[in-house]
Amino acid sequence: MSDAIEKVSIIISKGSLEGIYPGLIMANGARMEGIEANVFFTFFGLDAINRDKHDSVKVATVGNPGLHLATWAGGFPGMSAMVTHKLAGEMEKLDIPPIPEFVEMISDSGAGLYACKASVDLFKLTAEDFIEQVDDIITVGEFYGLAGGGQIIFT
Amino acid sequence: MSTVTLAGSSVDVDEEGFLTDADAWNEQIAQEIARENGIEDLTDRHWQVISYMRRTYIETGSAPSIRSLGKASGVPIKELYQLFPKGPAKLAAKIGGIPKPRGCI
Repeated sequence: MSDAIEKVSIIISKGSLEGIYPGLIMANGARMEGIEANVFFTFFGLDAINRDKHDSVKVATVGNPGLHLATWAGGFPGMSAMVTHKLAGEMEKLDIPPIPEFVEMISDSGAGLYACKASVDLFKLTAEDFIEQVDDIITVGEFYGLAGGGQIIFT
Repeated sequence: MSTVTLAGSSVDVDEEGFLTDADAWNEQIAQEIARENGIEDLTDRHWQVISYMRRTYIETGSAPSIRSLGKASGVPIKELYQLFPKGPAKLAAKIGGIPKPRGCI
């Protein structure tokens, strides 16, 4: 099948739970099909690979029309934590791992994990802030180099 | 669906080569499917994964997710991808004679 996808490079640019998972599912799914995969974390997506933040990623409950929750209700203290907890429970029943475990699985399956240098500089982070599975901190140009010959998926 | 001869037995397979009847499987068929998919010899570690997949399918009616494969089969994810390059969940299922797994995880 000459049209089969052989490589994907996935960008994760958002820091909410619902903003991070799609890219992780795409990366893991690619590896499960034997497709080479790279994941590039930028802006708030860096939270998914940040040692201090990766286990407390939340669902956005305000200004999130997809949640069908009134803005005034979504703004209550604790609402985001509660919705996140409920959703995480449902995902666990479907055997979808929490973000730290999922990112580690994706790295173990052979995908490359990269942090965006511009965002790292913007948030004044260093390599020590990231989990050990991160392969490198790279520029957008280096990302395009890595992505050559494959598809780019922006999330 | 078509009928092919694997290790001397006539079995029904789908378009991708997965057995349509899990009970028609035996270890020789497994060896042959493995060879056809680039794995010359099935080691004990391969068999550990294949047995876990079959057991889970027979007990629960569906193949295990890659997550539970990595946790409960005794073979971690890194090694799974070394033993079965190009997708352990699918390839171990095919070699194990169970239907193609339909999961996103």
